[in-house]
Amino acid sequence: MTTTTATELAPLLDRVRAGREFGPNVYSTLDVLQVLYDRVLRITPATVDDPDRDRFLLSKGHAVAGYYALLAARGFVPVEWLDDQGGPASRLGDHPDRTLVPGVEIGSGSLGHGLGLGVGTALGLRAQGRTTPRVYVLLGDAELDEGSNHEAVAYAGATGLANLTAIVVDNHSATHGWPGGAASRFTVNGWSAATVDGRDHDALHRALTGHDHHRPHVVVATVDSEE
Amino acid sequence: MTTTMREEFVRTAEEVLADPRSVLVLADISAAAFAPAAAHHPDRVVNVGIREQLMIGVAGGLALTGQRPIVHSYAPFLVERAYEQIKLDLGHQGVGAVLVGIGASYDRAASGRTHLGPADVALIDTLDGWTVHVPGHPDEVRPLLRAAVCGSGSAYLRLSTRSNTTAYPEAGGLRVVRDAGPGAPLLVAVGPTLDAALDAVADRPVTVAYTHRPRPFDTAGLRALAGAEVILVEPYLAGTSTRVVSEALADRPHRLLALGVGRADLRRYGGPEDHDRWHGLDAAGLRRSVDAFLGSPT
Repeated sequence: MTTTTATELAPLLDRVRAGREFGPNVYSTLDVLQVLYDRVLRITPATVDDPDRDRFLLSKGHAVAGYYALLAARGFVPVEWLDDQGGPASRLGDHPDRTLVPGVEIGSGSLGHGLGLGVGTALGLRAQGRTTPRVYVLLGDAELDEGSNHEAVAYAGATGLANLTAIVVDNHSATHGWPGGAASRFTVNGWSAATVDGRDHDALHRALTGHDHHRPHVVVATVDSEE
Repeated sequence: MTTTMREEFVRTAEEVLADPRSVLVLADISAAAFAPAAAHHPDRVVNVGIREQLMIGVAGGLALTGQRPIVHSYAPFLVERAYEQIKLDLGHQGVGAVLVGIGASYDRAASGRTHLGPADVALIDTLDGWTVHVPGHPDEVRPLLRAAVCGSGSAYLRLSTRSNTTAYPEAGGLRVVRDAGPGAPLLVAVGPTLDAALDAVADRPVTVAYTHRPRPFDTAGLRALAGAEVILVEPYLAGTSTRVVSEALADRPHRLLALGVGRADLRRYGGPEDHDRWHGLDAAGLRRSVDAFLGSPT
């Protein structure tokens, strides 16, 4: 099993942290973000406005520290921006704003908005005949509580929206849980699904590239609830 | 035979779908009317089912890819149910859409409170940068919709089964329909309230101006026409434009009477004409309010 944890990003995270303690939500997304940006997403700082780029939509906008650290590490934003994150002159809020941060596709923070925006993005790309780019939306298992997600899951499944991947980081934080697993909410609506160890980079890579081009795909990345 | 605003909307939306940028987003309402268009443009007529949150989210995502969404349902489902999606999935993302509501305040009076939408314009008015069109005649719908779709910002078209007898396609700014001369009280009628308003002040020296675009409100036109007394007649929540008029005339002593639909859930059915009467928006009710405001005509 390949796990890099956050060693490479640790100094950048420290710059974002500025002495604050981060909750589990920050660390639970780091491995997924690394695999996405290093091995899956066709996007670079030079292609953030390319209509044929892959789209990554961070729906759980509070998981932003690792996101900013990674965007800085990969050259999307200057590393110096991390130092005053959340400050009055900063472009990096506690939730991201797409109009302020290069490479950020959506402004998020209120839970349950990313998947609907992702469905619309996938439909727009399809209407334009762009068959290359794929839309990835990162959610949390507690975020699935919001009913808007289930509107999007049902519709995308029923219409076979094949250029859409949802990633659910499952750190067991949903107050009432998802008996039978989060993936079952998707598969019953016709999605393909893979549930993997959210720290295992190779397993994540296989899952994130395991879509069949005929229907939407979900990857449930499970991590310890203490993480 | 004249068509309805809704029919004009369907016809015009089919026209603008010829532009590959346009996408129609539905939540079952009017889906049957758009079936031919959907057969023509399967990727650009999207019916998400009865899912209004998704309808607006999809519009936001489409706009992020450069498409121009036209989103349609009954006003309360379009604006009230998915208000946060309108705020965040459009406004906060920095993208626009054209929202087309039907049902207005109480077109579907017999359906009861669930299908009434008198607060829609007030809700949209909490957001920045929106244009609101309230056509008063079916012939005003096509040019308004075409212009809105050609733009890039967000616009709300509020369609109704209520209509004036005369169409004024060029009435974004205040258009004087009846001129009582300098210094006369000014009545501004929005959308389908014009006929009743004209009737109500027929025997009074009141200047009547009409607009089908309450946002952005024509404040320059208002300042040019207004004397010391201004009467607003709006077909949605009473007072919706009070803020705009008061700010525009802040440097002048003036009195303002703002008429429109009341806030109370009347828990009554009937037809839209009944609700006009109950809210004082029929000619007789408007006349009573104007008499009380200006004093009885001599």
